[in-house]
Amino acid sequence: MARVFFSTSLQQLTGGLEECEIEASTVRELFAQLEDRFPGIREQLASAAVAIDGDVVPGALLERLEPGSEVHFLPAISGG
Amino acid sequence: MLNGDEIDFLCNDYQTLLSALRDELGMIGTKEGCGTGDCGACSVILDGQLVCSCLVFAPEVDGRRVETIEGLAEVDHLHPLQDSFLEGAAFQCGVCTPGFLMAAKALLDRNPSPTETEVRYGVAGNLCRCTGYDKIVRSILDAAARMNEPENRKEAP
Amino acid sequence: MTTTRTGYKWVGTRPVRHDGLDKVTGRARFGADYATAGMLHGAVLRSPHPHARILSIDLTEAAAMPGVKAIITGADLPDLSDEFAAGSEGGINFRDLSRNILARDKVLYEGHPVAAVAAVTLRAAQQAAEVIEVEYEILPAVLSLEHAMEDDAPVLHDDLFTLGLDSEPDRPSNISRRRVIARGDLDAGWVEADVVVEREYTTKAVHQGYIEPHAVVAETGEDGRSTLWCSSQGHFAMRTYTTKVLGWEPGDMKVIPAEIGGGFGGKTTIYLEPLAALLSRRAGRAVKMVMTRSEVFRATGPTSGSVMRIKMGARRDGKLVAATAWMAYEAGAFPGSPIGPGVMTVLACYDIPNVLIEGYDVVLNKPKVAAYRAPGAPMAAFAAESVVDELAEKLDMDPIELRLRNAVTEGVRAVYGPKFRKIGFVETLEEARDHPHYAAPLGPWQGRGVASGFWFNFGGETTATVSINEDGTAVVMSGCPDIGGTRAALAQMAAEELGIDVHRIEPVVADTHSIGYNDMTGGSRVAFAVGIAVVDASRRLIKDMCARAALIWDVPAEEVEWVDGRAQSVTDAAAPLTLEELASGSANTGGPLSATVTVNPRGAGAGFSTQICDVEVDPDTGLVTVLRYTVVQDAGRAIHPDYVEGQMQGGAVQGIGWALNEEYIFDRNGVMENPGFLDYRMPVASDLPMIDTVIVEVPNPDHPYGVRGVGETGIIPPMAAVANAVYAATGKRMQDLPMSPVRVLEALSGD
Repeated sequence: MARVFFSTSLQQLTGGLEECEIEASTVRELFAQLEDRFPGIREQLASAAVAIDGDVVPGALLERLEPGSEVHFLPAISGG
Repeated sequence: MLNGDEIDFLCNDYQTLLSALRDELGMIGTKEGCGTGDCGACSVILDGQLVCSCLVFAPEVDGRRVETIEGLAEVDHLHPLQDSFLEGAAFQCGVCTPGFLMAAKALLDRNPSPTETEVRYGVAGNLCRCTGYDKIVRSILDAAARMNEPENRKEAP
Repeated sequence: MTTTRTGYKWVGTRPVRHDGLDKVTGRARFGADYATAGMLHGAVLRSPHPHARILSIDLTEAAAMPGVKAIITGADLPDLSDEFAAGSEGGINFRDLSRNILARDKVLYEGHPVAAVAAVTLRAAQQAAEVIEVEYEILPAVLSLEHAMEDDAPVLHDDLFTLGLDSEPDRPSNISRRRVIARGDLDAGWVEADVVVEREYTTKAVHQGYIEPHAVVAETGEDGRSTLWCSSQGHFAMRTYTTKVLGWEPGDMKVIPAEIGGGFGGKTTIYLEPLAALLSRRAGRAVKMVMTRSEVFRATGPTSGSVMRIKMGARRDGKLVAATAWMAYEAGAFPGSPIGPGVMTVLACYDIPNVLIEGYDVVLNKPKVAAYRAPGAPMAAFAAESVVDELAEKLDMDPIELRLRNAVTEGVRAVYGPKFRKIGFVETLEEARDHPHYAAPLGPWQGRGVASGFWFNFGGETTATVSINEDGTAVVMSGCPDIGGTRAALAQMAAEELGIDVHRIEPVVADTHSIGYNDMTGGSRVAFAVGIAVVDASRRLIKDMCARAALIWDVPAEEVEWVDGRAQSVTDAAAPLTLEELASGSANTGGPLSATVTVNPRGAGAGFSTQICDVEVDPDTGLVTVLRYTVVQDAGRAIHPDYVEGQMQGGAVQGIGWALNEEYIFDRNGVMENPGFLDYRMPVASDLPMIDTVIVEVPNPDHPYGVRGVGETGIIPPMAAVANAVYAATGKRMQDLPMSPVRVLEALSGD
């Protein structure tokens, strides 16, 4: 079970749900399950940066999720 | 006279000394940052005076003495300012560095023992966006101290 | 002051940088220093209007001018659909990028390119550009955030609908996006607050101010393959962007990185590159293009001007209990201000339970903003850190103490969501509090201010190669332009690993055809991400060399270890094999000694800085002079402390310029009035004191030496630090930047 947090913007798609637990072993799996539950969310997530346990993971699609992992979606930032 | 050598070059009457150095003579060490005399990246020494070469027309230097960054080092050793800039990390990107070195040389030529304030005003015509000037000022003070050590003291040029 | 851990031979030392000699002798080649025989020169025709429809462009007279070889307009570029460059959501949209390179149906800011000409001389190109006839229908211009956000404001893009609103908008507007961060229960938070401060702040657009103008030489062959020599923060990205805008294949373009004369984020995008490449293709000759300083100001950079309203509440004991932030950032002519990082960073230093942050990305008729050092964070910190200072005063509490009581630490959930990993914010506050500067006496009209700042830092895709030459020297190759001494830092890390002298290593920035892909030099990533790749490549080489020594000695590989640059048998049966011996004999042990590592690392450690500023205010002129300045910053580990200090000092001074002098000034018609260094006043040496530095080292557990990015964080605190100091000196809160003499004088006379 990964613990997934939704930003205020994403909550428009989750019906105001701020966080939920999802059974997924990779980020790709997580995306698929989220899309099932909240149609349209995958498109929003495609351009977001994924943070797992406090750490922004670049190219995270195939990243493994541990039980209890915290997942956040952030605007992509690369800096100057 | 360019860095001690007598040279001839052809240029258009509207060309600046900066353009002549870079485009006609291939001396790319002198940089253009603004073209309006505000940034000092094109600083050269003309008859002992620090000038922005972007504000001097090339034909004006006929028969005069021009010193550029390319003439600062000796054959087998650097000018003390160059050593100080290297050891003092006085630059990051380095594009303003030739201009700063020439401005600092012009300063030390006329004032071999400047105070920190005199150094700051001596290079106030040169912009550096990377360093915040701290290490540049320290390096110029350091070079002055090195040049004033008895064994390094030279006759004024 | 540096607290460098002992035990390293090269990491933490200050060797002369490898590219230094070229830079003190004038031999280093920057963007404008390239030339090819017979090359043409390009010039750009730019819009004189901030907002106008292009009715027609007549090239007849220009094309007939002597020496003119090619002319291009927006019609020569393919139209692209919305597509964002990787890792830059809200940043680079190729459709907009293309339209910024050359205007299509409308010009959207004064300076917007309309056409480009290549001719045998620069003068001929400029003269031809001047006689291109463009017929404009002038449209009302939108020049302020307030105006742009009004319901009936003229709209720049009739296909721009606001994203992120509660309900779908039914008509286009100048607001491209709303971003919201919310947590906790604000009403309960305000009830708990004993002290509340609410203020509005504004900042102006400021430019990155690199001394080297944009420059490129492009040579496109008859087969369509091209070479670009240009100065940028990332030649791989320049290739991707340029070929995307032209509809060319990336593999057909080679980009050779020039030395870069400053970037600060402003050279993470393209302007001239596609123009020069296409002109070269059309003319069949190389084309060189160099911007004037005026063009740099009018059509590149800057960063956003902003309006921000911040409200914060604290309990009597100093605990921050509620905060709201409303922020609007100028994006310029196309969407994509750094409002994302703005809303994420504005309150990120503090653990506040009840928060609502709302940010707007707003287009208006000014140049499209580009990244500038910690994009979006400095203006946000100006607002938030000014409010924190005012709260401290109301609470009668030392401002550093107030920050310490609320500072985020490892495990605390950041306002933007995730929990912080190992960070050194508290350490920077403690170092600042204990610094002699903080207790030094002040005179009349003098004051001291403190402020802090946070930046994420970035990792990014990276390739590095380490190779050993036959004489035992090494080459460390990466594909990230070196803006501030990263070659030296990478060589130091390799020297530490390999056990050889740092000057027996040559660090190289390789072109797009000589090494694998690298993301840009940005996000304070090079010493971190490329450092990881270089260390890993060095370690693989060492393993390889130990295996080869084992082969030579005919012993098991695990009986060989690497000590001081030599392979040594643990059983001591054989004399050590040096790097030189292993390299010169490599033909017999499996071929050349070289290792390439690619990474896309996570764990770029967050950066924090706390800064102390003393100013003196001249009550007669309003002039603010910085008397003393101290930057405390967590570097994780300073590989080359000189260049870490340099980043801290340079960032602070850019922030001081932003605070006191720098601003884009437009006339009522939307024409920039100060597009030169005379009137756009960046700090000069005589404006400043020495900038003291304290490098805090709270190692980043995700880097082999503990490195955190240091390039950006330093620019975040200065504006608030200066404003808080001005308040301490005058009793006046300056809420609008820059704090130029006129504004300070106005504030002083407001009694």
